[in-house]
Amino acid sequence: MNRIVEVNRLNKTYGSDTVIKDVSFAIEENKIYGLLGRNGAGKTTIMHMITAQLFPSGGELKVFGENPYENNRVLSRISFIKESQKYPDIFRIADVLDIAASLYPNWDQSFAEQLIEDFRLPVKRRMKKLSRGMLSSVGIIVGLASRAPLTIFDEPYLGLDAVARNLFYERLIEDYAEHPRTVILSTHLIDEVSNMLEHVIVIDNGRILLDEEADGLRGKAFTAVGPAAAVSAFAAGKQLIHRESIGGLASVSVLGDVSGAERRQAEAQGIELVPVSLQQLIVHLTNGKTNGKVAELG
Amino acid sequence: MGPIMDDGRPIFIQIAEKIEDDIIAGGLPEESQVPSTNQFASFYQINPATAAKGVNLLVDQGILYKKRGIGMFVAAGARETLIEKRKEMFYEQYIITMVQEAKKLGITIDQLTDMVRRGDERQ
Repeated sequence: MNRIVEVNRLNKTYGSDTVIKDVSFAIEENKIYGLLGRNGAGKTTIMHMITAQLFPSGGELKVFGENPYENNRVLSRISFIKESQKYPDIFRIADVLDIAASLYPNWDQSFAEQLIEDFRLPVKRRMKKLSRGMLSSVGIIVGLASRAPLTIFDEPYLGLDAVARNLFYERLIEDYAEHPRTVILSTHLIDEVSNMLEHVIVIDNGRILLDEEADGLRGKAFTAVGPAAAVSAFAAGKQLIHRESIGGLASVSVLGDVSGAERRQAEAQGIELVPVSLQQLIVHLTNGKTNGKVAELG
Repeated sequence: MGPIMDDGRPIFIQIAEKIEDDIIAGGLPEESQVPSTNQFASFYQINPATAAKGVNLLVDQGILYKKRGIGMFVAAGARETLIEKRKEMFYEQYIITMVQEAKKLGITIDQLTDMVRRGDERQ
């Protein structure tokens, strides 16, 4: 599999503040990645370095096998849609699309026009007259229609309603199926995108917490709810990621598979077992209470 | 967004099961063409690679086969194979659990068979 992005022991410091610490990972060709983590974890900093908008303080970074800085061979193949993307106020939507068409070699004008219709955007209206959600839609359209070999969406949905977000997911999957490319999605709405992701990278506090295939993370953690004593017995010897109790009831989330026999035994003792979703798993792992205990997850 | 998928199990296995269900129910007769992985991906809003993994699982089991350049088809005898497999799963998942629970409640095997008959009459 071709590596589109290779990051090796990447660091970024601001004065004495280290915001990215020895981060290493690879992005493989034609997969959809989720870059997940809390606010301030360092996701945007990493994306800014990949797209040559920020210099690393240390470490190696290769995009399409080359150094991305002031390198048009690399940058012409990247489409980066930022959170609250800004456009010049006096531009009309049509102007933004014209410029995008001239920037991206794979630009598909008829796809862009179709998307404009789907998102119901007024092409002749100027940027300063657009709502926040409309501006986000413009970014999404540019990101999709550019069909760049590396397409990065960093929280592209500010102000976007559920209908428009769903439309984005639909069009992304359809177009990706027809025109495979590498996509990095950075978002907090993990539940909404988790089924589309092929690979998940979780950043916490400037470090990589998780770098795994998304489907492999399903069924990796369970929550057991039931009588406190029975739940404690069930959790004994397991890797705990979360624990809560109320009255005589307790709820624990543990990592690892639960065998059929174990499940029947637990259920016989009045314990209810439910799988932990990707979103809940990441909440538990990044809430600062587990200290990144995921080395054994794989 | 696929509310149809459950969170606890790998999606590719769930996709394979949905295709199996469709073959058993007769929606996908033997020798008929199976939707493409891209169609599955759009319909369930999942990654096409994941959909392909589910389809390939069934190819490995001889349930589906590939016609080069055309697509995936349901193999002859697939339905029967699947029904046999599901019968075994039925025994493991339902019968064993049912008998265990019955024992716990002091229900004899005779009473149990009687209950099964009554259940059937109510259908």
